Amino acid sequence: MTRAPRAVTIVGASLAGLNAAEALRREGFDGPVTLIGAESRLPYDRPPLSKQVLAGDWAPERAALTDPEELAEDGIEARLGVRATALDMAARELTLHTGETVEFDGLVIATGARCRTMPGTEGIGGVHVLRSLDDCLALRADFEATPRRVVVVGAGFIGAEVAATARGRGLDVTMVEALPTPLSRVLGDEMGEVCAEVHRDHGVDLRTAVGVERISGDGRVERVTLSDGSTVDADVVVVGIGVVPNTGWLEGSGLEVDDGVVCDASCLAADRVAAAGDVARWPNELFGETMRVEHWDNAAQQGAHAARRLLDAAVGPFTPVPWFWSDQYDRKIQLAGRVRGDDEVRVVAGSVEERRFAAIYGRAGRIVGVLGFNRPRHVMRYRALIEQRAGFDEALAAEF
Amino acid sequence: MRIVVDFDLCESNAVCMQIAPDIFEVRDDDFLYILDETPGEADRARVEECVQRCPKQAISIAED
Ligand SMILES: Cc1cc2nc3c(=O)[nH]c(=O)nc-3n(C[C@H](O)[C@H](O)[C@H](O)COP(=O)(O)OP(=O)(O)OC[C@H]3O[C@@H](n4cnc5c(N)ncnc54)[C@H](O)[C@@H]3O)c2cc1C
Ligand code: SF4
Repeated sequence: MTRAPRAVTIVGASLAGLNAAEALRREGFDGPVTLIGAESRLPYDRPPLSKQVLAGDWAPERAALTDPEELAEDGIEARLGVRATALDMAARELTLHTGETVEFDGLVIATGARCRTMPGTEGIGGVHVLRSLDDCLALRADFEATPRRVVVVGAGFIGAEVAATARGRGLDVTMVEALPTPLSRVLGDEMGEVCAEVHRDHGVDLRTAVGVERISGDGRVERVTLSDGSTVDADVVVVGIGVVPNTGWLEGSGLEVDDGVVCDASCLAADRVAAAGDVARWPNELFGETMRVEHWDNAAQQGAHAARRLLDAAVGPFTPVPWFWSDQYDRKIQLAGRVRGDDEVRVVAGSVEERRFAAIYGRAGRIVGVLGFNRPRHVMRYRALIEQRAGFDEALAAEF
Repeated sequence: MRIVVDFDLCESNAVCMQIAPDIFEVRDDDFLYILDETPGEADRARVEECVQRCPKQAISIAED
């Protein structure tokens, strides 16, 4: 029989892990709570890393999610700069990179994700990825060191935000995207094209349907060679080609890993073991679909849900409508739901021309998503309809 | 309980409005309006959910 844990260890001291720790205390759990984090910093917020901090508008400290006093008050112990390297489910023991082993009773896996890198670029100065605050500060330093030409590889949301921030700093930006239309797999061709236009209007040289063949330079990056044979001069390159979940340390643990830690609908991966955030894959019963979500809101909510589930077997499935925002130039883009490139798309508020609109996505008679450009109110209204499993016709008829 | 929003932090993403539309409203001018600054105790759980879920940590509760 399963029981509630007497102590909870959380691996990964970021958004999902911290929310799990705080939720344990909110629920009245009074056993030991330990956060183990590979980064040497206290948990901080990542969204500002491609926005305010990278722009130079915020000091890095402003991204902090907590401080030592708050953690002490909540009785949360943080072991930072410590990486878990193995998990032994039989012995219920973690191995740390120091060689030390620590027993656990309850466990939350919240190790997030890391950036995919481009092979062959190691050791070339000026080539960046962006995931951590250290990454952000290194990139910011390069932006400040009188570069002129920035190449962003990948026009996904992170790449797009970096491009926008670099333009805001007055840098020349070329963005290279393998798809014919950026984000078309996520937003469909029509809305992906709107995003592309926004960048072009802001002076980004957007190259689509072309890959990166090679990034080269003598010690430091000098140019990027594209698959059509053309070359782009570059002082700084930012590679934004997606992330992979941090599950390497779970190899041999017996936990099922398949592009993320596989959980049940309630976020449980094994007896008294839950997972949350970018690293977790679970069946979201609202959509009848197994998913892994790489958004802020999901990490925060799933962390809290995982904690509640560990404490109480009656806590049911985790069924959120995934939602995220992305700030680019003066546009606040928000997407809620699970949309695909081939969904039916209808603009329901404002107009695409003025770049201030809401569009809803329908599939099999249901509303499955909403995209907003500076329309937060509409996004949240339609998000509620998605949650209620409303019909597409019903959503089209709604007035907000 | 009194609701305090730090409008320097708020980015009008309407998360709070989805949880408690009778208390928070983001209008078409893109600004957040607090419809009820001093809700009753019956609303505490929902307001606390807003505090926790606000991505900008812009909402707090003052007990006065
Ligand atoms: C630059 C940037 C901008 C973003 N902007 C937005 C946005 O605008 N909107 C939005 O919705 N989302 C955004 N996101 C996504 C959002 O930040 C993530 O979804 C969120 O950080 C996921 O939280 P997490 O706790 O699951 O994982 P992470 O934040 O990835 O944290 C995992 C932590 O675990 C640690 N760790 C990994 N392996 C181990 C180990 N073996 N032992 C110990 N510790 C380990 C890592 O070092 C890390 O600190 C952005 C992300 C980035 C990088
Ligand atoms: S959730 Fe926070 S940031 Fe969003 S509108 Fe409400 S107060 Fe503002």
